[in-house]
Order: sequence, then structure tokens, then C-alpha cells
Amino acid sequence: MKMNGADAILRCLEAEGVDVMFGLPGGAILPLYDAMARGTTVRHVLARHEQGAGHMAEGYARASGRVGVAVATSGPGATNLVTPIADAWMDSTPLVCITGQVRSFLIGTDAFQECDITGITIPIVKHSWLVQDVNELPHVLKAAFHVAATGRCGPVLVDVPRDVQEAELDFSYPDSISLPGWKPPRRGHARQIAAAATAVAAAERPILYVGGGTLNAHATDELLELAESARLPVVTTLMAKSAFPESHELHAGWPGMHGPKWSNWALNKADLIVAVGARFDDRVTGKVSAFAPGATIVHLDIDAAEISKIRHADIPVVGPLKPVLTQLKKELDEKKVESRTEPWLRQIDEWREQFPLRYRADGELLKPQKVLETLQELTAGRSDVIWTTGVGQHQMWAMQYLQCDRPRSFISSGGLGTMGYGIPAAVGAKAARPDATVVCVDGDGCFQMTAQELATAVLEELPIIVVIVNNGYLGMVRQWQDMFFNERFSQIRLTQSLPDYAALARAYGALGFLVESEDELEDALAQALASGRTAVVDARVDPREHCFPMIPAGAAALDLVEFEDENGDPRPGRDEVATRSLPLGTP
Amino acid sequence: MKHTLSVLVENKPGALTRITSMFARRGFNIESLAVGPTERHDVSRITLRVDCETMPLEQIEKQMHKLVNVLRVAELTPGESIERELALMKVSAPPGKRAELMALGEVFNARVADLGPDAIVFELCCAPEDVDSFEELVRSHGLQELVRTGRIGLGRANKPKPNRPRQHVLA
Ligand SMILES: Cc1ncc(C[n+]2csc(CCOP(=O)(O)OP(=O)(O)O)c2C)c(N)n1
Ligand SMILES: [Mg+2]
Repeated sequence: MKMNGADAILRCLEAEGVDVMFGLPGGAILPLYDAMARGTTVRHVLARHEQGAGHMAEGYARASGRVGVAVATSGPGATNLVTPIADAWMDSTPLVCITGQVRSFLIGTDAFQECDITGITIPIVKHSWLVQDVNELPHVLKAAFHVAATGRCGPVLVDVPRDVQEAELDFSYPDSISLPGWKPPRRGHARQIAAAATAVAAAERPILYVGGGTLNAHATDELLELAESARLPVVTTLMAKSAFPESHELHAGWPGMHGPKWSNWALNKADLIVAVGARFDDRVTGKVSAFAPGATIVHLDIDAAEISKIRHADIPVVGPLKPVLTQLKKELDEKKVESRTEPWLRQIDEWREQFPLRYRADGELLKPQKVLETLQELTAGRSDVIWTTGVGQHQMWAMQYLQCDRPRSFISSGGLGTMGYGIPAAVGAKAARPDATVVCVDGDGCFQMTAQELATAVLEELPIIVVIVNNGYLGMVRQWQDMFFNERFSQIRLTQSLPDYAALARAYGALGFLVESEDELEDALAQALASGRTAVVDARVDPREHCFPMIPAGAAALDLVEFEDENGDPRPGRDEVATRSLPLGTP
Repeated sequence: MKHTLSVLVENKPGALTRITSMFARRGFNIESLAVGPTERHDVSRITLRVDCETMPLEQIEKQMHKLVNVLRVAELTPGESIERELALMKVSAPPGKRAELMALGEVFNARVADLGPDAIVFELCCAPEDVDSFEELVRSHGLQELVRTGRIGLGRANKPKPNRPRQHVLA
């Protein structure tokens, strides 16, 4: 069928089953937006900033398990997408970004809003295409979706010059394409899987160390079956939070920098670690040479380059996790050996009781942890809640206190740690799962990076609830300056009352709630959750609170710093020092 | 440890940039790099000399494999491959020194590519190690300018050609 390139792009998206895209128009992408106006089944959500559009596409992808689509114009529109692309790269989120480019004959002339976006993004995409011939468009888009979602997931970019969007082609969507250089593994090596099974059967203190790859691989059922049948404890990284039901007796928490002591002990004192779609990130391992010193490593991953990148894998298995986990369970079943893990499971439970998460619930001020605890209580047992977060202390408290039992119910920026991720990711998650109640746990700093997307949430009728854990500070930075820079506080004060977040919410047509004490908390949160509207809860919390436990950067995971009570070292939440050296935010 | 890698890539715009950018980003050291056409018009070959002091060769190969334009990565192992390099060297050669230099050149099969009143341009095409040796020898005579192409290589004649890159066709 004859049509122009812009229409062809939409027909490709439709053929790929895309139901929503997120974007913002501009000169070089006008033909595509004109084609949208002519008609398409793909809903377009108009963001207020292309970074928002990109994070929305990420939130959509993470909530749905499908490819997210973001659209932007050339130059500044495209560069605004760079942060979400980098974020998706680090967290292996499947994303197709479509950018307009100046007309082909202007490329290389520094034309208005020209920018070499394929060049800029080379280090942070799986692949990218600058489409130079309109006839290539259907193949390129087919390849783009294929590459984004196969092998290890990640972002791709398709840059389309304006004249290519306007040129005519005889459109047909290809059934198959040839990508001779893209050969993701299709199955794991049978002998390696058998070796892994033997190691698991022989281990006394085995543990499953589960990463985000498990969610990308849609392998959460297989993970649960394996863990249950072999009675293996499971730690889930921040990226894998919700990949394994957290109320399950075999869930052993979250390892890493702010993971509970018992979780880090379980991982670091294991004699066998089965890494499942995880990459031994420094936030998890702490000092690598001291990480899990006694453990044999079985590493299951679709990406061969992750094997032995950080920690030597004794038994690597490269392949898609779904069949690999199924096969591993089958091998174990066939061995018919009694699981020997009961004493180990009891040991982990003892640690769990011995080292619970703690904070000092004293003083007048609302504790940030209390906000998360209350959110958890109010949503306990609900199967429709999806959480997103910003980056900072509030994010780590969200990881610690929220209990996620359903896959894809916790969406957070892990690898890049992008402040401002939470609100747009929530909007994207809501677009993917309109039936869900999407709650963004945000910091006051993060909120101010992408708050403009509240307009998108309200006008596009994608209601989200934003709970600001408002400490008036760039809290995580404050914590580091306090602990590692001799309490020299530098450029971290935001001020709790500015802006007036509840009033700002109302200005956006959302509900706004101000919570200044513990008494007001539950009621405000309950109202926001029940409202069915976009709502912002400004919870003013104790700014001095630190997030514990903590593995100081570069320290061994077993040397984590714990919260100390009144009798211990007074460093955490050291009131008099904090009050002396800088004024607290006006309440 | 230094290794020579022979990489087949799709002949597409940006393919080389993707590889070199990945090397830079991951902190891999490239000592030399040569790109050129192959027996197939749609495929180019990149011969890379890499220094794997900090990063194991395996990691470099695996990261390269992930690039969509990369068709095959193989190591050219010494003994099982032929490696060559082309070099041009402009050496000071006042009339009194000319004969001596030309005799040196003959030992290395270096051709005189150009001759001026007080300089000779030598052309060498040989094993990269021999280029090194000749370079060292003429240095004391006054090496004015030097250019090397970087090594290229192939498996030996008695080694079968590796299979054509497998086509990955999706349904
Ligand atoms: C875009 C970006 N800039 C800077 C940082 C560094 N950073 C990490 S956490 C943090 C503070 C976040 O403040 P806030 O949103 O108020 O969260 P809190 O730690 O107070 O809970 C900063 C500045 C970052 N992660 N991302
Ligand atoms: Mg804050």
C-alpha cells in the first residue's frame, strides 16, 4: 500500500501491537504527528518534557513486560531523551525511541535543531538506526522491536530525517528480517545446567541471588517453582523486588548497600550462590574481593558478557532464564535427593529475628520509615498496587518497608539511579495497567525534577498517587556528607515548605494533602489512595533520619553499619550536630 | 598480554564507531586497528591488536559479540595465522650514508619507495615484528617520519575458512 514514511511508522507500531506511546512533538517529527492526527490505534500520551516521556515508556515497559515507545523531535527533544535511554540501558528496560532528524540533505551542516543523536547515544543503546531511505523503515522498525526485546533487553533508537517521514513508499510489514549479527542464545547448555543441579544438590547453604533479568525473562513462576521444590532461600535485588513473593517464607530480603543485615548475611555466608539474571553490581557486592568469600558461584544469565565480569563464575549457564530455570528444576527433581537446606533456612530466620530493621521512633517529628510502614499497612493484601520511586533515602526505605508479592509491582531506577524517575514512571505504569493503583514514593528533591508530569497524569486521565517523603533535603547526599565527609554539609538544603507541594498539586488539578504529624498521616494516605484521582501527599518527615543499615561504599558487605540505639554509637541521626551545623528546614 | 582479533562486521555506517566507542567506554586498550573490505561486499574485516592487561580477552570478545553489526570475532593465534603490516619510513640519508642504508634495507626486504637528496623513504610489508626490528635499526640513522597501517591477518592456508556467519532469521 502506498503511504508516506510517517504513516508507515504508525502502521509498524500497530503491527507490533503497541497500544501507547509517549512523546512530545517538534519540527523534525511533525510529519509523524500529522500522521497521528490522520488516525492510528496507538494512543499518544503527551508528556511535558521528553525526559518524562522516556521514563513513562520505561514505566510502561516495566509494568507490562512489553516494549515501551518514546517519541521526540530532533536536537533538544532528542537530547532530553538521553537520560531515560541511559537509565533503560543500565536497567535493561526494553525501549524503542523514535526521534525526528533534520532533512537528509541538511545533516552535517549544523542545521537548526540538528544533533547527532545516534552518535551521542552509541554507548547507551543496544543498537540504533539513522534511516536514510524510506523503503528501509519497515525493516528497521521490525528490527528495532526485535533487538530491544530479545537477548538482554534494552533501549534502541531510530532516528528518522523529516524528508524520510515525508517520502512515499509501498508499505508492507515484513514477517521476517535478517539480522546476521544478532544471535541471542536460545537455550542453556544442558551439561552446564546438569552441573549446576549437582552443585545445588550438594550445597548446605545455597541461596538464589535474583536480579532484574528474571522479570525481563518472564521467569518468575519458574523461579518460584525452583525455590519451593529445592527449598532454596531467595534474595532479590532492588531491580528484582517483586520477582519473588516477599511474604513467602523463602524470601530472604534484599542484599546490598541498604539491605537488611540478615539479607546481606544470608548472601555473604552462603556456600553456593545461584545468580539468576543478576550482575554482581557494586551496590550489592560491596568490596568485591570480600564478597561471599566461601561461595561457589553458579551464574545463570542471557548475557554471556556478564559471566565472570565481576566475580568468577564456577558454573556459568548462558541462556534464556525461563527454560534454564525449568531445566534446572527438572534436573534437581530427577536427582531425588532430600533437600538439606532446613538448618540453613532456620539460620537465616534466626538472623531475621536477631537483626530486624529498626529506627528510633522518638521525638515529635514524623519518621520517614513510618510513612512507608503506614503505606504498607494500608495496602497490605491488595493485589492492584504498583509502586514506583525516586532515588535517594526514600527509595531505600521503600525497598525495605514495602512488601511486594506480585511481579512488576515495584519499579525503580537501579543502575543509573535517576532522580525524577518516579512520577513519569508511575504515569507510564498506569498507562500499561489502567486497573492498577500506582503509587510513587518520591523524595522532595526528585519530585522537583519531574513534577511537571503531574499535568500529564491529570489531563491524560492516568491518575497516580505521589507520596513525598519530604525531609527538606537531598537526604541521601546529606547522609553521605554526615557520615563520610565529617558532617560538612554542602548544598543539600531544599526547605520543606518551598514549594508548597499540596498547593502545587492543586494548581495542577490534582488533590494535595499536607501531613505534618503522625496523627494526620494515615487519614491523608487513605484518602489519596481511595480518591481515584491524581493526588500528592506532602509528608513532612524528620530531616535528620538516616537510612540504615548501610554498607559504606567500598566496604565489605559483612561490615555493614547498623542503626544503633541510644546505648550505642550516636552517629546515626546525631541530633545536636545536625542542629548546630545547619538550620533545619522550616517546618 | 597482547592479542590480535579478527572481526567481521556488517558494512554499515557507524559499525566501526560502535566498536571503538565500546572499547573506549570499557577501558580496553587498542594498540592498532585496520579496516578494509573482504571477499563479501557487505562485510568488512577489522583487525585489532588489543592489550589485555586489565581486562580479560574473553570479556572483550563477549562485549564485541553483543554489537548488532558484529558478525564474528576470532582470535588470530600466533603460529596458526599469517600477520602482515605495511610501513613507510623516511630516513635521513646524506649521500655518504645512502649505500649503507640501502644494504640494511635489503636484509629486511625493504623497498626504496622514494629517494631524495638527503632522505630515503623505505616501504616494508612484512610481519609486524620485522617492522619493529627495522624501525629500531634505522632509528639511529635519523628516522624523520614513520607510518604503519596496523596489522592485518588471516588464518593459515591449511586452516579451513570458518563457516559463513550464521543467518539469524526471525519468524
Ligand atoms: C539526576 C540525579 N542527580 C543527582 C543525583 C545524586 N543524588 C542521589 S540521591 C540524591 C538526593 C535525593 O533527594 P530527595 O529526592 O529529596 O530524596 P531523599 O534522599 O531526601 O529521600 C541525590 C542528589 C542523582 N541520583 N540523580
Ligand atoms: Mg529529600
